[in-house]
Amino acid sequence: MRRLTARSTSAFVRLSKLINVAVLAFAGTAAFAEAPKRVVSEDAPDRVVSMNVCTDQLAMLLADEGQLVSVSSLAYDRRTSAMVEEAQNYIPNTGRAEEVFLLEPDLVIAGTYTARAAVTMLERLGIKVVTIASASSLKDVRAGILEVGAALNQTERAEVLAAEFDAGLAALQADTAARKPRAALYGANGYTVGSQTLSGEMLVAAGFINIASEMGLTHGGTLPLELLALSAPEVVITSQPYPGASRSEAVPRHPVVARMQAQAVSTKIDDGDWLCGTPFVLRAIKTLAQQRETLKP
Amino acid sequence: MTRLMLLLSALTAVLFVASLAIGPAEASLAETLSALFQDDGTPLTLIMREIRLPRALLAVAIGASLGLAGAAMQGYLRNPLAEPGLIGVSSSAAFGAVLSLQTGFAATFALALPFSALSAALIGVLLVLALAGPRGASMTLILAGIAISAMAGALTSLALNLSPNPYAAHEIVFWMMGSLADRSMQHVTLAVPIMALGWLMLASLGRGLDALTLGEDAAASMGINLKRLRLMLVLGTSCVVGAATAVAGAIGFVGLVVPHMLRPFVGGRPSRLLWASAIGGAAMVLAADIAVRLVLPERDLKLGVVMALIGAPLFLHLIYKTRKELA
Repeated sequence: MRRLTARSTSAFVRLSKLINVAVLAFAGTAAFAEAPKRVVSEDAPDRVVSMNVCTDQLAMLLADEGQLVSVSSLAYDRRTSAMVEEAQNYIPNTGRAEEVFLLEPDLVIAGTYTARAAVTMLERLGIKVVTIASASSLKDVRAGILEVGAALNQTERAEVLAAEFDAGLAALQADTAARKPRAALYGANGYTVGSQTLSGEMLVAAGFINIASEMGLTHGGTLPLELLALSAPEVVITSQPYPGASRSEAVPRHPVVARMQAQAVSTKIDDGDWLCGTPFVLRAIKTLAQQRETLKP
Repeated sequence: MTRLMLLLSALTAVLFVASLAIGPAEASLAETLSALFQDDGTPLTLIMREIRLPRALLAVAIGASLGLAGAAMQGYLRNPLAEPGLIGVSSSAAFGAVLSLQTGFAATFALALPFSALSAALIGVLLVLALAGPRGASMTLILAGIAISAMAGALTSLALNLSPNPYAAHEIVFWMMGSLADRSMQHVTLAVPIMALGWLMLASLGRGLDALTLGEDAAASMGINLKRLRLMLVLGTSCVVGAATAVAGAIGFVGLVVPHMLRPFVGGRPSRLLWASAIGGAAMVLAADIAVRLVLPERDLKLGVVMALIGAPLFLHLIYKTRKELA
């Protein structure tokens, strides 16, 4: 079985080399006269595929031109990604092992929860895979930037980005002296997030008190509509619904939530900035902080 | 007879109040009821009027609908196994609802959602009647039911698999098992008018169903228009099951358990069983929905799961009893 796989793999490599040669011949010498000026050092990966929407964005921010080949299809959706325009320059992948393997990557960047079967398969096929844990705090954002930077061999660029992020965060936290309104993040199926999560920390950084903390939900959990209504937060933050109806998303659109939002400021968040531990969280915090300032004192 | 009515009505009333009083937001019975009738500006009024009242109202309306539909179908087919859930009418209705939600048809006009579920339920009923024949022999009835349920279930799953919504897979459970959690007054106004229409149609069947116990020829000679009877049954069942399923998913076994429990008390008269099953069904669904909230309050236990746990053993018992006919 193993020999068979090995042989078919080598046959495949031969075939793809053949295709490469054909492409080279076709492209002619003119294009290759100007060899791409890569600043990448010798051991830097030069065909990188990212399989997770969060690592997609970090890789797009940090990679050299031509170094990153493909990003996940979620990077093309405004609800999940803050870099839809940039993603147009890459090949989308849907995270299947076969598809990623055919892209001939020398490095695959995946999230911890990215399709485990596909990731294991790629590792078995001898492809280097780096897994990056998803950010569960603002501190993790910095760590994620540096980890992806190290994987891409772009350490310097990553350090600059991380420093910018730290400075931006410090500047935002400096101006949160005002009154702190109580708020709830209320998502599909009535799920609310607690303080020990990235979104929870973002809410606090924007100058709000998270009602989940009052209820002792540190990480988050399902908050029945009744309890949400009873705790009467000033602001209920809900997300944009996906196309195609779902009952899960009907919960944050229940008349009770609508009534609570009508009484206070209705806050709809731009999910692309919230989902991942990227520097875009600063933009999300800033928008939210501005909305807080419009609340009655 | 009247004693049974009073007893069932009283039980339903008690369960209705209990349903209003039970929920994650803890408050005494007096507090909840006063918040319901008097808007004192507290969140409790919002909870009572927008969360608990629609839930209790839907439990009553859906229970009555399913009980009535079960009793009517059993009377017409003269078979205790005829129940909208078992013979695939509920799953057909669920498919209709899912299809109209996923294609966006549900948003085109106010009653589009229950109307779609109703149409699909109608197809389901007609298929069952065509396959099982007017006498509704147990074997063909159940086989037809299995086939229609499987088909409708597969199509529902397919429609949800193709949905662009990331929560769609989660929806399959709701549409197959049914739930009354987090419904609102919008759902009450959506479902009740169509259900009421179905109630009227099914309630008019009493005399015809009584006559039918003597056989089709006897019923015809007593001046019963069998074609009209059949039409009213089909339309009425589609209305009540379609509207109920459109807002709460496919809740099974209500129409099986309730008529079975009440049949001995009404002397086997289908006309009396219709009314008794309607009130009994309301009590049954209220009780099951209270159980959902008491047994596993934090886990969103599905109403259909509780009903199946109550109903499936009875279904097995009925099959055991009718196994001679089935063999």
